[in-house]
Amino acid sequence: MKSSTKSSNVVGKRFPLVDALKKTTGEGVYTDDIKLPGMLVGKILRASMSHARVKKVDVSKALELPGVHAVITGDEPGAQNKFGVLPISKDEISLPKPGAPGRDGKVLYAGDCVAAIAADNEEIALQALQLIDVDYEPLEPILRVEKGIEPTDEPIQERTQDGTNIQKSVEQHHGDVDAALSSADHVATGDFEFVGVNHGFTEPIVAIAHYDADDRLTVWSAQQVPHYLHRALTEVMEMAMHRIRVIRPMVGGGFGGKSDPFPHEMIASLLSRKCRRPVKILFDREEVFLNNHGRHPTRTHLSVATDAHGKLTALDLDATIDGGAWGSFGVVTTYYNGVLSMGPYHIPNFRYAGRRVYTNKAPCGAMRGHGAVNTRYAFEVLMDQLAEEHKTNPCEFRLANLLPANTETVNGFRITSNGTKECIERARKRSDWDSKHGKLPFGEGIGIACGFYISGSAHRIHFNELPHSTVHLKIDMDGGITVHSMAAEIGQGSDTMLAQCVAEPLGIGLDRIRIFSGDSDTAPIDLGSYSSRVTFMAGNAAAEAARKIRQKLVDAAARKTGCPAQGFVLQEERVIYSPDPSVSLTFDEMLQEALAKNGALIAKGTYQSPPPIGKRDAFKGWRAGLSPTYSFQAYIAQVSVDPETFETRVKKVWAAHDCGRALNPLAVEGQIEGCVHMGLGQVLCEEMPYLKGALQGPNFLDYRTLTPMQMPEVDVIIVESHDPEGPYGAKEAGEGPLLPILPAVANAVYDAVGVRMTSLPITPDKLWKAAQRQGVAPGLGSPAEIHV
Amino acid sequence: MSYTGDAMTRKLVTFKINGSSYETAVREYDVLLDVVRENLNLTGTKRGCDFGTCGCCTVLVDGRARLSCLTLALECVGKEITTIEGLKTDVLHPLQQTFADAGGSQCGFCTQGFIMTAKAFLDEHANPSREEIEEAISGNMCRCTGYIKIVDAIEMAANDKRNGC
Repeated sequence: MKSSTKSSNVVGKRFPLVDALKKTTGEGVYTDDIKLPGMLVGKILRASMSHARVKKVDVSKALELPGVHAVITGDEPGAQNKFGVLPISKDEISLPKPGAPGRDGKVLYAGDCVAAIAADNEEIALQALQLIDVDYEPLEPILRVEKGIEPTDEPIQERTQDGTNIQKSVEQHHGDVDAALSSADHVATGDFEFVGVNHGFTEPIVAIAHYDADDRLTVWSAQQVPHYLHRALTEVMEMAMHRIRVIRPMVGGGFGGKSDPFPHEMIASLLSRKCRRPVKILFDREEVFLNNHGRHPTRTHLSVATDAHGKLTALDLDATIDGGAWGSFGVVTTYYNGVLSMGPYHIPNFRYAGRRVYTNKAPCGAMRGHGAVNTRYAFEVLMDQLAEEHKTNPCEFRLANLLPANTETVNGFRITSNGTKECIERARKRSDWDSKHGKLPFGEGIGIACGFYISGSAHRIHFNELPHSTVHLKIDMDGGITVHSMAAEIGQGSDTMLAQCVAEPLGIGLDRIRIFSGDSDTAPIDLGSYSSRVTFMAGNAAAEAARKIRQKLVDAAARKTGCPAQGFVLQEERVIYSPDPSVSLTFDEMLQEALAKNGALIAKGTYQSPPPIGKRDAFKGWRAGLSPTYSFQAYIAQVSVDPETFETRVKKVWAAHDCGRALNPLAVEGQIEGCVHMGLGQVLCEEMPYLKGALQGPNFLDYRTLTPMQMPEVDVIIVESHDPEGPYGAKEAGEGPLLPILPAVANAVYDAVGVRMTSLPITPDKLWKAAQRQGVAPGLGSPAEIHV
Repeated sequence: MSYTGDAMTRKLVTFKINGSSYETAVREYDVLLDVVRENLNLTGTKRGCDFGTCGCCTVLVDGRARLSCLTLALECVGKEITTIEGLKTDVLHPLQQTFADAGGSQCGFCTQGFIMTAKAFLDEHANPSREEIEEAISGNMCRCTGYIKIVDAIEMAANDKRNGC
């Protein structure tokens, strides 16, 4: 699959996103911009209690309000059908059934859906919501994981372990960790606490459903995984899949937060079927936060062992993960908290025990760097500590422990391309690390951390033998190439990536390519934008389809010129016979020959990860974390900690990321810079606090992301390890680049003030208190004295 | 917040938007964002939070950047309103080109708000520093770019303007 082209046509060049002008002019159509004839406004009544049985829902007054067209509760046929993104943990319903026993009759968190209304406009809908009477029987809310792991008479969900609220427990042991620990030269151990954080995409969650005159259902939704929504709709609505059409308009950011099928999509569909009108449900920002699916609050206990030479000998890891009320991707999250620590270092012995616990809070799910971010923080902070204990430069300490390229980890990950060494060396040099680390004055510091992430999941969520991605191409006499794909453009540039992968072998410009990547009726299946899979999988499928079109075109050029087909090169809108460059046709001349007596050229490309990957059936969970390839990072951050307020300011970041090959360096830089921003938010200021089960500050005033003025300079260092199986050598760049920024900042804070922070975010008050405890806050007395 | 349905009377008023006059019926509590998006179908202006916290709904009122979700529509009668649709004449506004070229737009949902804020800013600051640009856009939120390429785009547009491009 390695690219055979020596000099590239469009790959590796800086291109604005193909839909950029649609966005800068306001022409782009997002879901909320769509207005259909007769469309109604849908609104959801949300639970005021964290955990309660819904005894009765009286909608009679709401139904009488003029302008109300439909009101549904859990009594609506279909509203009780279970769904969920993972077929192994479907535990979501659209609405609770009044009076029903067990999970089906309960609300599971403050903000859960209770009933829904479709009305002529928003005001009538909101007024009607106030007319619904709900009779609750309060149940004890489980708000902390410590409580959730205990046995209970009233588990939140149906399927839990041993009468507790534990949804999933994972145990893995490779090698002999106890032996490694007892013979270790050094063991660094830490207890870490991570709060929940939210994606914070700017486009609110929104969907439109239209159950039409032909008894077909069309759903427009701001979705990263339209295919999984399609599957969920078919089960909830009890309709054949081909009777449902899913359309993904432009999406205003996802970051994992739009990668589940959601109740509002089901509710809009049920409302539309009931009143036979299109129904739009647009969340306000509070609802977006209540829908959450953000990163899990997690308690992580980690021990890392080294031998006398500073080589890692064991990782012993335990994680308790607060899942909120639903399963979502939680089974995957639980595995990822463990297994995604298996790189970029060689770890001969590994033990992991993790559990995800249901609580009566907004569901957690996938968020950029899914499952890997918190453990990575813990691991890299302890790596820093071990480097110090071994009296080794943290860069050298990491370099001495790296996995080589083309190897296998102890749990069976197949490592191919690996650019970590180059990442560390280049970031170290450009940051002038050696003259800074340990040498800066108090309050100034520099830190390093590495990262490791999947580039697509090798195994499917649904067990079947369909390709992970299929792409269709068509080229007709107009000379434009139509690309049909279901890879979800969510702002990360997947349409641009597809255009580049198609244009590359054909020697044409991107202006000839038109991407249709949002309609399940016309596009072949792609599993969607999650697990950093799109460039690797859809890119390979697109490139394969384009190579098939190229072959047909070159055969036509050979026919027309009488020269053998293998000698042709396609570049700059021409086909040239390389042994005799005077033999040449324009792209359009070649195309017209290919179309003659034949008609439009069509081609299909597919991607499936190469079998067998991993230690098949060797242990439970052997599939988790298996990827056709992995991305690697090394980041260095320089910080300044105010010696009086202990506010941390990140001054500069050197961000080295191995993306295999940067198909579009402008887009790769954008991904890395965006990852740095999001990761800095989690390490410095973002958090989702709860008070008695109520999410506090569900808005962008209280939920603080970094402003432009807090954003440091980022020196992006793109490392290209030329992945042997990636499209033109590429692998992911969308999620891995988030991982190292958090621990790099924490390690820089340690270098600055000598405090290891084990609880995020590193707010000034927490850092100051920790510095006080360690007696490294000079010039400050006790808190009481400060108030005087 | 309490809603009174359609009981409240609507007033027929004329707005000057993007150089044209539009007559439409509004209520006293309608905000400019509702008028622009719902009444006039100018959907380039985005609804991100309804709370004045994201800046996705930024428009120009008499040349100044305003959060249309917090601006009462009736206050804008008689004023010149510019939305993203009014920025492009026969050619793109330089910011519309530089946001694309510099990678200042990823998902694009915040983009038009940044462009409107930046236009109002550049109209009054021909030669801004990066720090001044960062401050000027600090009321707009972007979750994709980390703001770096947004600042690049605004800097590029300022340079183009100075160089007469």
